[in-house]
Amino acid sequence: MTHFAELLLNGVSMGAVYALIALGFVIIFKASEVVNFAHASLLLVGGFLVAELHGRIGFLPALLAGAAGAALAGAFVEFAVIRRSRAADHSVLAIVTIGVDIILATELTRRIGTRVMAMGDPWGDAVLHLGPVSIAETRVVALIVAGALIGTFLLAFKHTGWGVAMRAAAEDHETAALMGVRLGRVSLSAWAVAGALAAVAALFLTVFPTPGLDRTTGLVALKAFPAAILGGLDSTTGALVGGLIIGVTEALMSGYQGEFAFLGRGIGDVAPFLVMIIVLLFRPAGLFGTRELTRV
Amino acid sequence: MDAAAKPPPDPAGLRVHDLEVAYGRVSALRGVTLEAPRGAVVAVLGANGAGKSTLLRAISGTLRHHGGSITGGDIAYAGARLSGLDAAEVVARGVTQSPEGRRIFARMTVAENLRAGALGGAGRKAAAEARERVLDLFPVLAERAAQRAGLLSGGEQQMLAIGRALMARPSLLLLDEPTLGLAPLMQQKIAETVTEINAQGTTVLLVEQNAATALALASHAYVLEVGEVAMSGPAAELASSDEVRRRYLGEGGPDDDEDDAAPRPVLTRWAG
Repeated sequence: MTHFAELLLNGVSMGAVYALIALGFVIIFKASEVVNFAHASLLLVGGFLVAELHGRIGFLPALLAGAAGAALAGAFVEFAVIRRSRAADHSVLAIVTIGVDIILATELTRRIGTRVMAMGDPWGDAVLHLGPVSIAETRVVALIVAGALIGTFLLAFKHTGWGVAMRAAAEDHETAALMGVRLGRVSLSAWAVAGALAAVAALFLTVFPTPGLDRTTGLVALKAFPAAILGGLDSTTGALVGGLIIGVTEALMSGYQGEFAFLGRGIGDVAPFLVMIIVLLFRPAGLFGTRELTRV
Repeated sequence: MDAAAKPPPDPAGLRVHDLEVAYGRVSALRGVTLEAPRGAVVAVLGANGAGKSTLLRAISGTLRHHGGSITGGDIAYAGARLSGLDAAEVVARGVTQSPEGRRIFARMTVAENLRAGALGGAGRKAAAEARERVLDLFPVLAERAAQRAGLLSGGEQQMLAIGRALMARPSLLLLDEPTLGLAPLMQQKIAETVTEINAQGTTVLLVEQNAATALALASHAYVLEVGEVAMSGPAAELASSDEVRRRYLGEGGPDDDEDDAAPRPVLTRWAG
């Protein structure tokens, strides 16, 4: 039972981190109608900046710089690539983002090399004991920080002018333009916010018990793709639920993989994608994907 | 509170001159010239595909969303060029549009739809005033404020679309087929509202297939046919012209309201 509770807590915490990534993925899709395959690289940009800078300017400033850097990188991709080809087919743009991803990932891999970079976080390998349940402090912090960021984002999405503009543009580009919404700005801000969220996620993907940031960190971020897709690509709620499902599934499958020995080891890494496929078989639009509400 | 309080820099209002629009290689408007003087209601009539919506897209700067562009002529409002501006800049110049098919944001609430309408406008205070004016015109929108817009009846959605377009406090309102698909009673209500909006000082450019309604509302009208202005003149004159009567009003004349559009049922159980 203790084992289960530990796995569940870890799963929820990782799920919240995946949700941060998936959320960025979803808002980019909503604002620009582009499936952003460069998301993992944006995350790596953020993580890399934190790892490089923390020794010189301290952890918190480094984290802020990482978030700002990833936001800038996201905004730059939107401004330099996506915006230029607005008229093009959106599936073509998705492929363009794969190209951007390869460029970014190659450059970062070159800079990171074979290093495993520490993030300089203050939590180290401290473990928190809640009765019989032990959990790494980093996981608790991840849950709190991700929860706070997601909450802030959702409130802004619901109540600020930015959020209203974003949702209006997501629902109907042309009509939003008729209302005076500047679509370019909406799209730019979506990419920036997504980048910043991904940078924070990068931190929590690479702190204890993970040894640190290396060139494969971007691959870990790939698990957030099934989170976004099984939740429904255009649903913020879906991103959160999808993130949690993936996080918990992965934790439980890894934790109990002894019982699934016939499946071989590493089932935890495959599980997110299995869950995604099963969900999509029954709900092609994802759990919370758009269902028509109009009566027109 | 109304837009007429601003000093009119040019009594000419909207002036479209020799406008040419094409979607790719397909020409949609050819040599269209029309005027909507300040404070007037001007109607643009025409069958499906005559270029009415294209004209409004050209004015509002949304042609590019349809792969179209202005290939000749120009559009000016209050003495300044509109052609070449993007949609947000047109809104900032005081020209808003309630588009064809209403295009309300179905997944957002009524209140949020109105808020979206104010996004291109001038600040919080102006938005609050505009909101007051809109809810004055359409009290039903206040009752439904927290409801999802997609659950409104067709007539209520049309009111919302017009209300939303008024949120940016336009001095020129473009209405694309505001009575399409509505029950006669609702059509009449919308028509009355257009008159009231105009009386409060907003110039209205009304695009309609329903010629009877449009000619009753407007002081001046233009008839578009396959992308060109086929006829124009004072509304009363057009309404009595044989050709307009035959082609756009049906032989029964202006009171021929019994078209095939079945009255849209308003499901009152959604109201709660």
